[in-house]
Order: sequence, then C-alpha cells, then structure tokens
Amino acid sequence: MSFLELKGLSKRYDDVVAVAECDLSVARGEFVCLLGPSGCGKTTTLQMVAGFAQPSSGKILLDGVDITNVKPSKRGLGIVFQSYALFPHMTVADNVAFGMEMQGVAAGERSKRVASTLELVHLGQMAKRYPRELSGGQRQRVALARALAIQPPVLLLDEPMGALDAKLREEMQIELRALQHRVGVTTIMVTHDQAEAMTLADRVVLMNKGCIEQMDRPYDMYEHPNGRFSSTFLGKANVFEVERAQAGDRVDVKGVTLPTSDVDCVGALEYIVRPEKIAFADDANVLVKGRISARVFLGNHWLFQVDTPLGRMQLTHANTGLPQAAEGDQVGLRWLAEHARLVPRTKVNT
Amino acid sequence: MIFKRNALPYWLSAPSVVMMLAFVALPLVITLSLSIYPFMAGGGVGDHVTIANYAELVSDDYYLVIFGRTFGMAILVTLISILIGVPEAYVLSRLSERWRAISIVIVLGPMLISVVVRTLGWAVLLGNEGVINKVLLAAGLINEPVKMMFTFTGVVIALVHVLVPFMVLAVWASLQKLDAATEQAAESLGAGLWTVLSRIVFPQVIPGVLSGGLIVFALAASAFATPAIIGGRRLKVVPTTIYDEFLGNLNWPLGAALAVVLVAIVLIVSMGMNRLIERRYKQVFL
Repeated sequence: MSFLELKGLSKRYDDVVAVAECDLSVARGEFVCLLGPSGCGKTTTLQMVAGFAQPSSGKILLDGVDITNVKPSKRGLGIVFQSYALFPHMTVADNVAFGMEMQGVAAGERSKRVASTLELVHLGQMAKRYPRELSGGQRQRVALARALAIQPPVLLLDEPMGALDAKLREEMQIELRALQHRVGVTTIMVTHDQAEAMTLADRVVLMNKGCIEQMDRPYDMYEHPNGRFSSTFLGKANVFEVERAQAGDRVDVKGVTLPTSDVDCVGALEYIVRPEKIAFADDANVLVKGRISARVFLGNHWLFQVDTPLGRMQLTHANTGLPQAAEGDQVGLRWLAEHARLVPRTKVNT
Repeated sequence: MIFKRNALPYWLSAPSVVMMLAFVALPLVITLSLSIYPFMAGGGVGDHVTIANYAELVSDDYYLVIFGRTFGMAILVTLISILIGVPEAYVLSRLSERWRAISIVIVLGPMLISVVVRTLGWAVLLGNEGVINKVLLAAGLINEPVKMMFTFTGVVIALVHVLVPFMVLAVWASLQKLDAATEQAAESLGAGLWTVLSRIVFPQVIPGVLSGGLIVFALAASAFATPAIIGGRRLKVVPTTIYDEFLGNLNWPLGAALAVVLVAIVLIVSMGMNRLIERRYKQVFL
C-alpha cells in the first residue's frame, strides 16, 4: 500500500521541461533517494511534494488524500533544507519549538517534546545556543530535529549533507539512517551523491533529464542497471556497443566475442561489465588482451586503466597486500558471463 | 622615498584624516569654544568663559519647546519611515530582476534631486491653493482647504519623503543577507504569511531597521531646508533656530550652544542605539 504517491507529475517552465510525467509511490516508513545529476529534476520534484513549486500537471496523494493544491503550511511535511534555513534569531530550542507552536501544542507539552527531540539528535546540551554558535554538523541536526518535532507524515531532505565535509558526511549518513529507522518516518531525500544514496536508501530513484531512469533497491540497481546512464551514474562501468548478437550466449563487440547470460535481449544493445568484476588472467579463459596504461592506488583498492581492442577499460582490484601488475604490462582480462549485462542502447551523450 | 610596509595604511588614509580634521573636527572645536563665551550687545563676543548661554537654553521655555518639537518630529519621522520603508524594501527584494532595477531607480531617484527643489515641490502640493487641497475640494471631500503648509504635519510628510530612501537602503542591505529558505522553512512548519513576516523576516532585518532608523533620526533632527521652507518662520526647529541666532540676531555664542546641544543629543542617541544593537544582536548576527 503506497503512502505517498506521485501520479504523472510534471513541471514546465515556459518551454523547458524540468520534470516529465513522474510516477512514484512510496510505502509507509520507506527511505527513498532521488538521485541524479544537477538539473535532472530531482529538486523540482521535491519542491512539488513540499508545495513550493506548483506542478504543471499530475497529482500528489498523501495517504490517499490529494494534496496537489494544498498550501505548504497545511501539508505538515518536515523539510530539511540544503542551507538548513535555521532561524538565526532564535535559540536551538525555539527553532525546534516553532512548528509545534504553529500547531498549537501547549507550552508544557512543547518544551517536553523539544527536549526529547533534541535528545534524539544528541543536542540536549545545545538548547540555549544560537545557530551561528554551532558547527555545520550540529546545525544539520537542529534542522532535522526541527522537521521531526512536528511529527510529520513524510520527511523531505534536500541535499542535507551538501555542506558537510567528507568525514562528517559519512558519520551523519549512518546517524541519519539509524534515526530514520528508529523514528520510522517515511523519508524522501534528494542527492547527487551516489554513495550517499546507496548508504541511506531503501530504494533509489535515479533521475535524468526530468525523467525517472530506474527505480530499485541499491544492490539491485547496481547489479542490474537498465542502461548506460544507470550503470555509469551509480558506480563505475565499462560500456560497449554491441555490433552483433550471435546465436545463444555470445555477442560481438569490435570483432571480439564476449560472453553473456542475458540471452533473450534483442535490438540495439550495449554490453556492461563493472570494473571490480574483471580479473587478470593468463590462461584459456582470457576474453581480451591489453596493456596497462595507468595504475592508481586508492588505499583499499587499485584502479587500472587497460587499453584493449574493445577500447579503454577500467578495472579495480582489492588491495590484498600482494604485488600488483605495473603500468606498461601486457595483461589478459576475463570476467564471468553472469557478471556482464546486456541493456538497450541509449545515446552516448546522456 | 621608501615607505615602510606597515606605514602605508597611514599614508593612504592621511588625506581623508587631514580633511576630517580641517573641515569637521576644527569647526566643531571652534563652535564648542564659541559657545562658552558671552554675547555682547551689537554682535560681539566677550572674553571670559561662562555657562550663561547654556543656562539660557535650559531656563527659557522657548528653547525647550523648540528642542521638544525637533526631537518629537525626528522620532515621528523615523517611525513613519520604518512603517513605509520596511515593507517597501521587502517588496523590492521579492521583485523579479528587471522590475527591481526599475523600482530602485524610482525609490532612489528623488535623492538625485536637490532637497530644496523637492521641498519646494511639496510646498506646491501642500499649500492652501495647492494641488492636494484643490483635488479634495473638487471631489467634495472637504469644504475649506486643509492647512498643511507651515504645520508640523506638513514638515513631517516632506521629511519622510526625503528620508525614506535611507531606510529602504538599510533594510535592503539586511534583506540581502536573509536566507529565503528560512521563509519556506517557517511555512513548512505551518506558519501563515503574516506569521512568516512578523516572526521570521522582520526579526532578521531588525539590525537594518535600527541602523536605518539611526540615519533617518540624525538627518531629521538636523534637517534645515525642509523645516525652513515647509515649516516657515513660525514653526521653528533647532537647525532653523541656530541659523536665526547666527545670522538674524548675530548671537553667535547662543547659536553655537544650540548647535553643541543638538550634536550632543544626536550623538548620545546614536551611540546608545549602537550599543543596544551590539549587545542584543552580537550573538545572533554579527
């Protein structure tokens, strides 16, 4: 049973289409990430759910009720803004209490809930501070507390980690996920960071050019991208145009025959294999040979660039502490048929 | 000649410092010293130090009324400028780029015209035979002209018109720093338009309102041309009284004493306000 439902939601600005016919249904308690490059329409979609942008067409249903034309102030959704948008002239406690005051929660009950909400985000000690006296991470948690304090049916997060540095971001992601599980609030988050989407989301909604490209659980989307865009935006991928599908489980790419397990694909196709699925080999299993043109050490793994007849390929190997192939080496590459994907071909410049 | 690196700022600021000393500090000191010498009949200045001039200001109701009128007027002009200027600045800041550029020219345009010319314009509008009265009479709303020239009300109206742009600019500067998302945040938390404006927007621009208020207050209290033209000979304020003492009665010491008191009161109010702003808002904004 879907709790929040977007039906054919579109937004046009003059003749520019920001969001086109977006259909999405979110289950109660689910954590959904809208992921995509800038300008893909993810923020506009969130703005429409929040009520700050009026859809050109389509409907938004919350728990079965049409809220498309309801004012933002009457939707009761909790929103965390990219800039956090804390009220600078109010203390942390007043910030968190503001929404409850608008709802008409009595003063006694209000201060009790302010205290418990601040505890929830580990800011119990900061109640009397002003926003500018807090660090970036603390401000973000105040914004979260302020949004949660009104006990919203849906929590909307607009790039909430954008202003944090990498290390703090990781900590906050884990904390946010734990918090969302504890509170159980239905959450929609907008991000352009694929790692963040995979860390947090139950389901990733990948958007491109105003359209939803693919919707899936992070693991499924990573393992079964439905096209070039999905495979390269969520993780890295080697993508080749298939010249000819042979009978059975073989395809030709630039004169090289490659194995696949997706035997029932037809039409113009592309062949995808993830870098970490590729291994060096020197036996009969070698699919393609090449020369290592670059090698980069990334701590927990090595990244190799190999020039092959297929084109330049990327592959990664876990850092096992053993000696690795060096730049300039001639190597053979292999991978398993079930790790390769055949997808319908899309234009290269997406 | 080689300057030491850290001496450069002093050299750079030297011209303006010399200008300030010569044309602001020195006249002030001369005025101050002039005010503590007695007035001699016929326009001369005595040679012994006295507080007689100040004693006259304090003891004579005539001057107290003028001071009261001047600062009452300044406060009223400041309050009306806030009431007009704050919404005006907010609306301006919400306009689209193109309309904003046009509107700013309209708001600031009057400042390109001499105060005297603008005030004469108000005299044309406010007179018994003026445009406003003619229109009201023709519309049958009034039976006889409403007296606006040479009244307190007339001076306040003209001064507000002259000074409102300063308020708009100060509040505008504050609004530039305001994160528009705070308004959306308040809205998402259930606040209506009025609550957003009064609880979220206005408190954030208070520093601008206070600094704009300071400018308007100081300029209104020391305004000369507008009270002189609209207020006329009878409705005296401190600046016009100073003028009369210096050039009419040739009582330079008394005029100087008036000037010193005016400067002192404006300074005290300004510094008090500044202190208040710093203490109250340091934690929040600065």
